[in-house]
Amino acid sequence: MTETSNPVAFTPERLEKVKEIIDRYPAGRQKSALLPVLHIAQEQWGWVSSEVMDYVAGLLDILPVEVYEVATFYTMYHLDAVGKHVIEYCRTGPCCLMGGEDIYDYLKEKLGINAGETTPDGLFTLKEVECLAACGWGPVFQIREKFYMNLTREKVDQIIEELSK
Amino acid sequence: MEEVKPQLIKITFDGIEVEVAPGTTIMQAARKIAEADESQAGLVPPAMCYYKPLPSSGGKCRACLVRVAQGSAKDPRPMPKLVPSCITQVQEGMVVENTTNDAVLETRKSIVEFLLINHPLDCPICDQAGECHLQDFAFEHGSAKTRYEEERRTFDKIDIGPNIQLHMTRCILCYRCVYTADQITNKREHGVMGRGDAAEISTYISNAIDNEFSGNVIDVCPVGALTDKTFRFKNRVWFSKPEDAHCECDKCSGKAIVWYRGDEVIRVTARKNVWGEVNEFICNTCRFDRKKTSDWVLEGPTKVKRSSVISANKYRANLVPKPDFAMKLAATQFKPIDDSRPYVTDTETIREQSIENNDKANHRSLLSQNN
Amino acid sequence: MARKILTEHINVPGIETFDVYRKHGGYTAVEKVIKTMTPEEVVEEAKKSGVRGRGGAGFPMGMKWGFLAKPEGVPRYLVCNADESEPGTFKDHHLMKSIPHLLIEGMIVSSFALGANKSFIYVRGELMYVIRILEKAIEEAKAKGFLGKNILGSGYDLELVVQPGGGAYICGEETALLESLEGKRGNPRNKPPFPAVKGLYQSPTVVNNVESISNMPWIINNGGDAYAAIGIGRSTGTKLISASGHIRKPGVYEIELGVSVDEFLNSDEYCGGIRDGHYLKALVAGGSSVPILPAHLITKTANGEDRLMSYESLSDGSFATGTMLGSGGFIVFDETACIVRNTWNFSRFYHHESCGQCSPCREGTGWMEKVLHRIEHGHGNMHDIDLLVDISKKIEGNTICPLGDAAAWPVASAIRHFRDEFVWHITHPHEASQPGAVYRDAVLA
Repeated sequence: MTETSNPVAFTPERLEKVKEIIDRYPAGRQKSALLPVLHIAQEQWGWVSSEVMDYVAGLLDILPVEVYEVATFYTMYHLDAVGKHVIEYCRTGPCCLMGGEDIYDYLKEKLGINAGETTPDGLFTLKEVECLAACGWGPVFQIREKFYMNLTREKVDQIIEELSK
Repeated sequence: MEEVKPQLIKITFDGIEVEVAPGTTIMQAARKIAEADESQAGLVPPAMCYYKPLPSSGGKCRACLVRVAQGSAKDPRPMPKLVPSCITQVQEGMVVENTTNDAVLETRKSIVEFLLINHPLDCPICDQAGECHLQDFAFEHGSAKTRYEEERRTFDKIDIGPNIQLHMTRCILCYRCVYTADQITNKREHGVMGRGDAAEISTYISNAIDNEFSGNVIDVCPVGALTDKTFRFKNRVWFSKPEDAHCECDKCSGKAIVWYRGDEVIRVTARKNVWGEVNEFICNTCRFDRKKTSDWVLEGPTKVKRSSVISANKYRANLVPKPDFAMKLAATQFKPIDDSRPYVTDTETIREQSIENNDKANHRSLLSQNN
Repeated sequence: MARKILTEHINVPGIETFDVYRKHGGYTAVEKVIKTMTPEEVVEEAKKSGVRGRGGAGFPMGMKWGFLAKPEGVPRYLVCNADESEPGTFKDHHLMKSIPHLLIEGMIVSSFALGANKSFIYVRGELMYVIRILEKAIEEAKAKGFLGKNILGSGYDLELVVQPGGGAYICGEETALLESLEGKRGNPRNKPPFPAVKGLYQSPTVVNNVESISNMPWIINNGGDAYAAIGIGRSTGTKLISASGHIRKPGVYEIELGVSVDEFLNSDEYCGGIRDGHYLKALVAGGSSVPILPAHLITKTANGEDRLMSYESLSDGSFATGTMLGSGGFIVFDETACIVRNTWNFSRFYHHESCGQCSPCREGTGWMEKVLHRIEHGHGNMHDIDLLVDISKKIEGNTICPLGDAAAWPVASAIRHFRDEFVWHITHPHEASQPGAVYRDAVLA
């Protein structure tokens, strides 16, 4: 999941998608495709290594440093290898009002890791994130595209069990 | 045919009227006043990020905020307002307050504070000391005390090659070096990584910044974040002597300043104008490789502002008499040094004296605690 | 029941599909503008409606459209700001995932009005599943001839692009959003020039919030005057409120502007009151950046008048005793909430989200967070309180973009209204730093 094959290249389907994205923007504005293409890269490799960023720079005909600057600015891009499931836990005020901090402590204890760490079996990486725009349904965490809302200890148990299978 | 003159715009800056071409910024209008009358140099707003020779620089550090007391009839934005003078264009009838407005000066003081809270204040070991814009800015606009009690930010050290030393802890994120690499080199290799107060100048992967004009990032850096490795720890700038010089160079104009310690060329830099800006960038060969007098045609001593520490020790005492008030002040404020004590060299005596002094110091601090 | 403009059909099964949306009157506004109106007439309706920017600033949308420069031969762009990230705000998320065609219809109508042939919806990257919903809806609309080349045979072309963000609150600031859309770091631009003159790709651009644009189909179908008749004074129309915190029914509610705060907070139609056995302590009415209000200033203004859910009434008393409607992120705190801890939390948010470009925000947000962290964890000094107020003042108004203000206001207002609580944290460091410790318990004990 997280290993980078060498040489770095998108699968044919993803490369097709990347070309389609580049075509969305006016001629000469292909740099606009950078954020979406980095998402696709992360989908393929799980994280964005510097080799992957160099590859993306080549596809978009921009300087590698332009990709590094962007990838390090936005929080969604993982710059190090991550586990199979990245739990992005909302730590912002409204979720905390709904008991978010208790559930977070419980989750950390359950997984035996802190923010930024990966479980020894490589299954879970825990990341703290800011507001996920789901405050009315807090506490909330996100794994890939899926939101897990109105979290309770029981729900956390259930989700972790499900994903550990 | 009659020459068509562009319509000039008249503004008032700190009570002084000045006419400038449309599109001129407030900063440039203020500089124009000072260029016409040197005694007005004090009213020009400070610039920590703005750098005229680098288009699109400016607007970031907020050191040059001034108050537009009155805008023009054309601009619907509500005034008065603080605006960055370096990137705000003048408008007919604008009334701008800088040194005449306490709120502006108070804000400027806070900008110094913000820039210093995470700065290491390591001037004693910093090669930029003496020609550091942050030192000048802090000295002119800041406070001698700090209210910051938290831990200062640090960064992992990265190596960006044999010629340039990066000290990220000193950086104020002016972005000048990024614009320099973008605009005068053919391939930018460094940039700003991360964000917020964790943002840093970096190449991300350990890459040497290797480009014929890369050395110019040293000259544009307002602080000691980017310094010349070939000059590192060699000398304090105020002990070195700058000479204007030129050479035949096929890459750049060859116009430079060579800095001497005795007969030795210890550093080469580009020339700076009165605003501390380089108009003619020099190549790395001139900067890093031409370190012999025979490489250069000397033009004479570089004109250095009297207020600059670099001018210290460059004038004969009888030419620059110390003012009377300064001598009096010195006499009242400084204790005469007691030189009558014997000069001790044997290690045993030194050790004993040291223990004795420690005991005295401990005793004093105990006393002060008990009181 | 109050009138619903945006959410009338939101619970209809299948409303996310073109056919069901169409069956409930969808895309009639597109037909109307394309077949019977000029772009100027559409702009005129927007102006008449008085609809104000729903992203937080509250600037009249029609007026913003009026500023758009129209030089010959230069493309113009409409960009929808769907980067909803302000803590306490989740209305756009709810609207887009539930009834995506409403936004798309609004985008078509608005793009037509502005003469844009390529428009963007910039959605925060975390909402990738919503992006997929929107892309699917766009495909459907395209297949039915409402998007693409020669819409409904009119000769008008429009392409809609959904762009994901990468995780940065600052991209909700319109010029940072444009930078991000150009594939750069989300550093806000200095203004002027404003996007209306130089925006996306240096071309004239309008950036509008999801909810603002989603109002357009109703405005076209019913007229700007009909929209302006809803609401109160200059707060026309309806507003989506994201309600969260210690209430019985958190969720997204559409209100007619002008409903009283009391009714919104306590009636069963909306929040349903404070959760059982607890009582109201404080309110953040418009997203985390607006000033927090203590209980006695929530349902009544300082003059004793009823506080209404409107731009004007919420800001009555300005910052001394009022707040702002902002983006409508209604966060309710009961007596179990620790204001110091919450202020530290919000401060951490703004520190984390500062782009780092200008010095007051880059350095000041971190400084405030560190001081608040110390106070909350029992290491505060009495002079820290005034220091915080002073730092917040030095940030406010001195930054490139409004994030500086957004970081300063919550801190300044929390100290303004809850200074006792800060003092208690400093004088009782041990008790205050216990998990779940709240000032109220100390006072009542």
